[in-house]
Amino acid sequence: MKPEPLLDVAELSKRYVLKPQGSPVARLVRRLKKGPEAAPRLHAVDDVSFTIGRGETVGLVGESGCGKSTLVRLVARLIDANDGSIRLAGQELTHRRARDFATTPERVKIQMVFQDAGESINPRFSAFEAIADPLKRLRGLGGDALRAKVEETATRCGLPLELLPRFSHQLSGGQRARVGIARAISVEPELLILDEPTAALDVSVQVVILQLLEKLKRELGMSYLFVSHDLNVVRLLCDRVLVMYLGKIVETGPAETVFSHPRHPYTKALIAALPDANRPASERVRLAGEIASPVDPDPNTCRFVGRCPLARAECREAMPILEANSSGHAAACHFALPGKAS
Amino acid sequence: MASPALLVEDLSVEFRTRGGIVKALERVNFHVAKGETIAVVGESGSGKSVTAYAVMGILDPAARVTSGRAVLGALDLLKTDRHTLAAVRGREIAMIFQNPRTALNPIRRVGDQIADVLLRHANVTPSAAPKKAVELLETVGITDPARRAKAYPFELSGGMCQRVMIAIALAANPSLLIADEPTTGLDVTTQAIIMDIIAERAKATGMATIFITHDLGLAAERADRIVVMHAGHIVEARPTRDLFAAPRHPYTAALIAATPGPTSQLSDLRTIAGGLPDLRAAELPACRYAGRCARRLEGCAAPLPRVDAAASDALACHNPLPQERAA
Ligand SMILES: Nc1ncnc2c1ncn2[C@@H]1O[C@H](COP(=O)(O)OP(=O)(O)OP(=O)(O)O)[C@@H](O)[C@H]1O
Ligand SMILES: Nc1ncnc2c1ncn2[C@@H]1O[C@H](COP(=O)(O)OP(=O)(O)OP(=O)(O)O)[C@@H](O)[C@H]1O
Ligand SMILES: [Mg+2]
Ligand SMILES: [Mg+2]
Repeated sequence: MKPEPLLDVAELSKRYVLKPQGSPVARLVRRLKKGPEAAPRLHAVDDVSFTIGRGETVGLVGESGCGKSTLVRLVARLIDANDGSIRLAGQELTHRRARDFATTPERVKIQMVFQDAGESINPRFSAFEAIADPLKRLRGLGGDALRAKVEETATRCGLPLELLPRFSHQLSGGQRARVGIARAISVEPELLILDEPTAALDVSVQVVILQLLEKLKRELGMSYLFVSHDLNVVRLLCDRVLVMYLGKIVETGPAETVFSHPRHPYTKALIAALPDANRPASERVRLAGEIASPVDPDPNTCRFVGRCPLARAECREAMPILEANSSGHAAACHFALPGKAS
Repeated sequence: MASPALLVEDLSVEFRTRGGIVKALERVNFHVAKGETIAVVGESGSGKSVTAYAVMGILDPAARVTSGRAVLGALDLLKTDRHTLAAVRGREIAMIFQNPRTALNPIRRVGDQIADVLLRHANVTPSAAPKKAVELLETVGITDPARRAKAYPFELSGGMCQRVMIAIALAANPSLLIADEPTTGLDVTTQAIIMDIIAERAKATGMATIFITHDLGLAAERADRIVVMHAGHIVEARPTRDLFAAPRHPYTAALIAATPGPTSQLSDLRTIAGGLPDLRAAELPACRYAGRCARRLEGCAAPLPRVDAAASDALACHNPLPQERAA
């Protein structure tokens, strides 16, 4: 039997209710006809399932707005899901509401590095206080032990100690990002979620952070869910990747294989769009065509249909489901490529 | 050389902090010509954003400009009064900020924020502005733009906020665009679309672009010229092709070696030894890279040659890499 995964996410969905459009009278008529469900819903995360093993690094990639931040916020228990389950080491987390989760003992096991470091750092905290805060609250450290731990963590993240007395606005973008990372790793969570952690980092600091993540994984068995637009970084760091398109996972498999032998046409296009120093910008592939709306999408139409070079009639008749080939490389496409022969 | 849209000469900036004076910029010299795109690269904390803020006149109150000028047309932006500067900003110079979500007004709908700029700076009538704002959202690749125009920033994803800010920056038809990491939160396909829009604008209107980035691959692809900063100094500036073919400053070479490519492994990537020097030190060395440099010589303690702001090449190094390494 396979060992139990650290994180097991099943059939998770998040829908945002939008303000109805049209005149008040038209809205009233709609309400009377269909009941309260008539308000449009944006399907940010739609029936998503995946697992993360202990010590495993899973990458999450996909177009801007496809629902990556929403998905990781759900997993970090910062927002509540509409449906689905999230189990951490066998324990169901969705029973407790997000706003109560902050005070549960599980909080220390999942930590998150935010996409915009400025958002997560209290502007009235110095860098030192920002890193010390979770150590005080969740690990009960104080005094010299606290100072030592903060300084050790800052150094590990490549943050010079002379910056610790500064406030967030006195730091550069990349320095602030490192405070956000230090804050999250200081309490040594079992699962660390990183939402675009390296976007604000220059290449040299990025290498420091990536090597640090590798080291923490080796030494502490930490697991990561890593959101990034930088496919080169994902390939370097991740064991497995999830490719998302408009709220759904369309491809998943070992990182190396997904990038070398993509099965889904969207993944293929994503890889072809990578900048390449040996190729002029004008030759970079751009996805053309109509992007489907995430608002009340047709449940029986593949979301990629308007932009897909392979689309045919059946793509509008049935939603393709994720199907794995023999090497565990899955794609949700009626015309998925076979992938790498195993 | 085409006439410069912006010429920055001898710009020095300091910050007062609890721990002492931080010398964030020292005698920074560069220019950008009309229609030209330059990329400013360099590691985190090297002074890229501070340079942009100084030009925009939006430095932190604790900052002091200790020398220099920033000439836009007939105007020295560092000596202009606040009123004139406020008019120039937005109309002549627009900036895309590094942290999109915090730079937008959190309690105003994004469509209204774009319309505001159109009304103030682009001679658009109040009745036409909302429709024009929706069009701009569509241009930056936002689907369902009419609905999105009514959203507040928190209802949009990180990359969408970034694109809203790009729409705001382009709304006024600026002659100079400063884009601080404009595409870091964007996937590669959206990134290509955004960079195309900026390039088209530059070509059509002669807009000059200063593009601040960590992404050397993107800089190589998009910029005519690259300006490399390190610890508040400009260390090298050259046309893109030359710079990548044969970097001459040891720091530039190190940056290129640290960039992951499609085939590199984590263990092959080189970090740059040491960190940025502490910018509070009373006596910073002449070359702020010397402490980390493998090519350092005795003579490196001597003052560096002054860089000419109007030249298209600059090199601040006593012992650069040889010129024809690539040949
Ligand atoms: N208000 C401030 N007070 C003190 N120091 C500051 C202030 N603002 C910036 N600095 C310092 O000035 C230096 C340059 O900062 P700047 O924001 O220009 O860096 P950057 O090159 O844009 O880096 P990044 O790529 O990380 O955004 C940094 O060392 C930073 O800590
Ligand atoms: N509070 C909210 N109310 C309404 N819609 C929301 C809200 N938060 C997010 N959304 C919508 O959910 C969708 C997914 O957003 P999300 O932030 O998860 O995208 P993302 O994949 O992280 O994108 P990016 O790469 O640009 O950060 C978007 O269409 C966004 O507008
Ligand atoms: Mg996001
Ligand atoms: Mg910056």
